[in-house]
Amino acid sequence: MDRQHEIELARRLIAGDMQPFEEFVEHFRASIFQYSYLTCRQREDAEDIAQETLLKAFESFDQLREPERIRPWIFRIAKNACLMRRRKSIFAPERELSLDELMPERNGDGAHMQLQIADWSNLPDAPLLRKELGEVLADAVAELPDKYRSVILLRDMQELSTAETAEILEIGEDTVKTRLHRARLALRRKLDEKLRSEGTANAAEDGKN
Amino acid sequence: MAQKADANCAEIFEMLSRYLDLDLPPQACRMLEEHLAGCSPCVAFVASLRGTVELCRHFKASEMPGPLRDDARRQLLDAYTKALAAKTARARSGGSGF
Repeated sequence: MDRQHEIELARRLIAGDMQPFEEFVEHFRASIFQYSYLTCRQREDAEDIAQETLLKAFESFDQLREPERIRPWIFRIAKNACLMRRRKSIFAPERELSLDELMPERNGDGAHMQLQIADWSNLPDAPLLRKELGEVLADAVAELPDKYRSVILLRDMQELSTAETAEILEIGEDTVKTRLHRARLALRRKLDEKLRSEGTANAAEDGKN
Repeated sequence: MAQKADANCAEIFEMLSRYLDLDLPPQACRMLEEHLAGCSPCVAFVASLRGTVELCRHFKASEMPGPLRDDARRQLLDAYTKALAAKTARARSGGSGF
């Protein structure tokens, strides 16, 4: 569902038209479930968080004046609901990801460098490998330290803007950008390892002689 | 990645997400594209980062929520109709609406 349609549903509900209620609930329930499932990896918790979030949203629906704000508004509630049930993950200790550690490995003598990287030009169409990549991605997201995970979930997975993400997480926009880049780099590494193990390795070589 | 005279790979490495998000100032964008024109490892790396973002955007969890139970649906509908009633009451008493 695109953002515009989502806003239209909210606009109608705000105006008292109950017809889109089911569609609105199903759509946001799935989005919030995905968001919280990737945060807590517990199915029951994710379902509870989706219900709790929608309930809080509807309880204060008369406070929502701008339908354009529906997505960030819902995800602010979802983020708080996740925080309340947060379980400290032993897989995701809070730490900084440095750019240095995320730089790809290079081989060579400085004059002729080679980067070991999978061939990303054509991502596989095979449904099985697509599914496996999705699982690698979900695990990699879960392993990210909280502050990076929260940014990538909102920015890339729920497609909120930098400004909306900054507002929800109560951090500056530059911080959103920095954390997003590092989170993407960390996920990229895991996905690349998976693709390379599937035999799509491609040594990208510098053209300099 | 290889060193280049104009800008080295490490320097552009930091800017790649902003490049993909079309958030770089024109001058930095030009510098980065000039670098990419002569550095195939960086081109391959950008493709991998772009692919990662695409996979995130199209990610569908293998787990989906079970069907919404009737009592849960009723709970949501009650909350919504109460909020609507509160808005109507405010409008009648001359307060601001939505």
